Amino acid sequence: MNDNHSDDGLGRREFLVGGAVIVVAACAGSQARREGTGPSAPGEPIEIMLLVNGERRALRVDPRTTLLDLLRENLGLTGTKKGCDMGQCGACTVLADGVRIDSCLALAAQYDGRSITTIEGLIKDGTLHPAQEAFLQEDAFQCGYCTPGQILSCIGFLHEGGGATEMEIREGMSGNICRCGAYPNIVSAVRSLRGRA
Amino acid sequence: MRQIAYQRAGSVDEAVQAAAQPEAAFLAGGTSLVDLMKLEVLNPARVVDVTRLDLSRIEPRADGIRLGATATNSAVAAHPEVKRRFPALSQALLSGASPQLRNVATVAGNLMQRTRCAYYRDLATRCNKRSPGAGCDAIEGWTRMHAILGGSEQCIALHPSDMCVALAALEATIHVRGQRGERDIPFGDFHLLPGDHPEREFALEPGELVTWVFVPATAAAARSRYVKVRDRISYAFALASCATALEVANGRIRVARMALGGVGTKPWRSLEAERMLVGATPRAETFRRAADVALRDARPRRDNAFKVELAKRTMIRALTLSAEGA
Ligand SMILES: Cc1cc2nc3c(=O)[nH]c(=O)nc-3n(C[C@H](O)[C@H](O)[C@H](O)COP(=O)(O)OP(=O)(O)OC[C@H]3O[C@@H](n4cnc5c(N)ncnc54)[C@H](O)[C@@H]3O)c2cc1C
Ligand code: FES
Ligand code: FES
Repeated sequence: MNDNHSDDGLGRREFLVGGAVIVVAACAGSQARREGTGPSAPGEPIEIMLLVNGERRALRVDPRTTLLDLLRENLGLTGTKKGCDMGQCGACTVLADGVRIDSCLALAAQYDGRSITTIEGLIKDGTLHPAQEAFLQEDAFQCGYCTPGQILSCIGFLHEGGGATEMEIREGMSGNICRCGAYPNIVSAVRSLRGRA
Repeated sequence: MRQIAYQRAGSVDEAVQAAAQPEAAFLAGGTSLVDLMKLEVLNPARVVDVTRLDLSRIEPRADGIRLGATATNSAVAAHPEVKRRFPALSQALLSGASPQLRNVATVAGNLMQRTRCAYYRDLATRCNKRSPGAGCDAIEGWTRMHAILGGSEQCIALHPSDMCVALAALEATIHVRGQRGERDIPFGDFHLLPGDHPEREFALEPGELVTWVFVPATAAAARSRYVKVRDRISYAFALASCATALEVANGRIRVARMALGGVGTKPWRSLEAERMLVGATPRAETFRRAADVALRDARPRRDNAFKVELAKRTMIRALTLSAEGA
């Protein structure tokens, strides 16, 4: 992963949603790193701990539970959307330790000990995240269904050090489909963040 | 999805042992396996998570590069040594899936991703790969996305990977570890042709774990190229693709390696086309003749005859780009 995003115009702290949280998560992650879990029987619930938007959540889940279903059904965080449930649309995009992923094809159990950021976790002390502001400013949505995924993907893209040309932004954001076709304004929103001094 | 047991392997030994249990499957990024488990096409009773094993390193060496089995597709594509010494590999990876998927998809998972054949993915149809002996609804069905090379009367499912096309042309080796020890599998032997047993897809013994992939460094590899043609500009599987690696000396091709994607039941290499290229001058007519040879045995079905010419042109384009860089 390219960790150099100083040229995205926004400080690390603003982009790595709650910098402190990520640091804590990184430690938790490395502790859990090589640690295995013993065999269990099919269907037997398992205990996991996730840091969701900075809060520790200890859960007992059916091992089949996807990260997306865990967020929506077990935690009631319905901001993360289920579009296709098969990795084809990006509506379910969240950040795992700061990296954008599709939560619909991830088993929650795999993220035990790691930090997850959803759209609900972006607002800080009543202030919208700059990416949220940019989407509002540029009118980068119509129905809004793809928007949480687009915003998290945009944050991930900038964190990866993604480029600033229209082609680079379109390619970098290609994992998020918008049925309403709000693409031109989505590109503008991403570019406005890229260009900010 | 059927009920499963989840187990996270703490070491390679533990992973190999866990996989010896009945109906166990390794789980990496999950982007192929979890998808197919939801569709109930693959139904392991136990998944063994390998993502926290110490297998994610990318290690450049003098004679090549070793890609850890759990290194992500993003990490491999972005690695400066991969970009410099094996550009086709980086290009192929970046042309596949989406950024979110590449951030979790792994080297081994990509090697072993399953076909996207719509019939394989749909329990309401007959599929020999899914249920051996059931019959194949694809052969007489909608075949626009099916293979024109390497098919049998039992199966024409297309191999979907981009990364594998580059690794085939770069002559990678796959290192695996099982209960009976470790061994190397040449890339060309790893994926099996469907023949009479389309359900047998890989040259792996039950429970064998892929631990790394080795890609040898050559002058041709450093100038390799990947060209992919698809229905839209991004986030789509290949209609046709081609990885090429050429070395040109004194106006003649000295080394030629190439593989095709989007057309075969496995990543498709034509040794005959490669042999034709060696000693020839790198120009359009040479490339066209090689492309004709590579596609000579193509067997298109109702909806995919267009792939024959498309694959040839894709190959000519990739060879031209490789020759320009060589
Ligand atoms: C919407 C979508 C679009 C896509 N587009 C493309 C595309 O354009 N081009 C392309 O090439 N790919 C594409 N893909 C496929 C993607 O590249 C693969 O799903 C991915 O590479 C699989 O890797 P993974 O780590 O997620 O594997 P998993 O899903 O975790 O595993 C896949 C298989 O590998 C086995 N496995 C995993 N690790 C090991 C190991 N160490 N040893 C032995 N067996 C192992 C598993 O048991 C399973 O059978 C797409 C996928 C989706 C969902
Ligand atoms: S819901 Fe996950 S990609 Fe569509
Ligand atoms: S705004 Fe409606 S799907 Fe994107």
